[in-house]
Amino acid sequence: MNSVWFIVLRRELLLAMRRRSDVATTLFFFLIVSSLFPLGIGPEPAVLSSIAPGVLWVAALLANMLSLTRLFSSDFNDGTLEQMLIAPQPLIVIIIAKIFGHWVVCGLPVILLAPIIGLQYALPNDVLLVLFLSLLLGTPTLSLVGAIGAALTLGVRGSGLLVALLVLPLYIPVLIFGAGAVAASQHGMGAEAHLSLLAASSILSLVLAPIATSTALRIAVE
Amino acid sequence: MHINWFKYSSPQTFYPLAGKMIPWFYGLAVLFALAGLYVSFALAPTDFQQGEAYRIIFVHVPAAWMSMFIYIVMAGWAAFGLALNARLSAMMAQALAPTGAMFTFLALVTGSLWGKPMWGTWWVWDARLTSELILLFLYLGFIALQSAIDDPRRSDRAGAVLALVGVVNVPIIYFSVKWWNTLHQGSTISMTAAPKMVTIMLLGMLFMALAFWMYSIAVALVRVRCIILERERSTEWVKNLFGEEK
Repeated sequence: MNSVWFIVLRRELLLAMRRRSDVATTLFFFLIVSSLFPLGIGPEPAVLSSIAPGVLWVAALLANMLSLTRLFSSDFNDGTLEQMLIAPQPLIVIIIAKIFGHWVVCGLPVILLAPIIGLQYALPNDVLLVLFLSLLLGTPTLSLVGAIGAALTLGVRGSGLLVALLVLPLYIPVLIFGAGAVAASQHGMGAEAHLSLLAASSILSLVLAPIATSTALRIAVE
Repeated sequence: MHINWFKYSSPQTFYPLAGKMIPWFYGLAVLFALAGLYVSFALAPTDFQQGEAYRIIFVHVPAAWMSMFIYIVMAGWAAFGLALNARLSAMMAQALAPTGAMFTFLALVTGSLWGKPMWGTWWVWDARLTSELILLFLYLGFIALQSAIDDPRRSDRAGAVLALVGVVNVPIIYFSVKWWNTLHQGSTISMTAAPKMVTIMLLGMLFMALAFWMYSIAVALVRVRCIILERERSTEWVKNLFGEEK
């Protein structure tokens, strides 16, 4: 069972490395969106640091959402997904490996880049650390819940926009806790409560979301 | 005695039954609405703090109740459809969604109409308002997903998964929004500390809620009849039905 997990994960990473532009697109999207806000709002450091938690989290959320359609679509188109569904190994293990691979490829770069962009928003060092931690704990939920949406809209016309409509309302708790953690540390309050809730939601969605995703994939392929 | 519990779970037998039930539910809806409107406009006293404008709650509160209740019922039908592979259950879920979205929208509109004279603003980012807005998004997502998939079997099942994911998320969303709200906004407005309501006001609200309930059932049945005809149009019984009526 473990070997399936590693094989699928290795395949995901290998495919991503062969098509580096896909990874770069997500990263550049995050970079561009978060650079647009200072241009629209103005360069005052006080204003920027007060909107930074929300803006950076929303940008990370949108970057994650845009990369979702890539999660299953190429496997669906070339028939690999059908082979995964009829494989003797449990589908949930394969799905978790795929989602983890997607998170490493599309989520991790954003998490690593976010503190650097936070510097542009005049955030102090301790707040940058909380921003990094909140994204590290929160983005797995986004990928896990997003996978349900990606599986439901597989091969459906207009799936890119549809995924946004399905998934963004479900992202709201993560946005609230994530941006809340950063804002709390800005105001000198502890961010532990928010971070614990983010971790809890990641664990909860790790248990529930793969089940829903596997059901949705079977519906899409049958 | 042998009772066939699943007699009405087939579209063919349910179609005429629904047709017979619709006038009754419409009739009850009208009766309850007349009673509710009479109680709320003629009998209920004017509120000494809020004046006449408070009377919008007789529409607002039942609409908000229905918006949440219909989502749960819809998810219940969807779960039935998914678990038992029952076509009619999935059709019921699909038929309920527009009514639920309509009540959510109605609750939001009447809420802002009430908010303007009471709070002096059309919209506040209150926990209840925000979660009602998110509920509207959930309804719209369900409707959009179902209408984007052409194959009825797949659209039923995909919609069911989405409705169930939504139901699991609704309490999480509600509590996160509530917490976010208490962190960000001082208690400038308290909705919960309303003075105790007079029994007659409660009665008016109850009648209106029953009227909305009956209306929802009637409309859902009308819609489910349309869905049945659309999906079963190539079957023998639908052809016979319309052959005889002509």
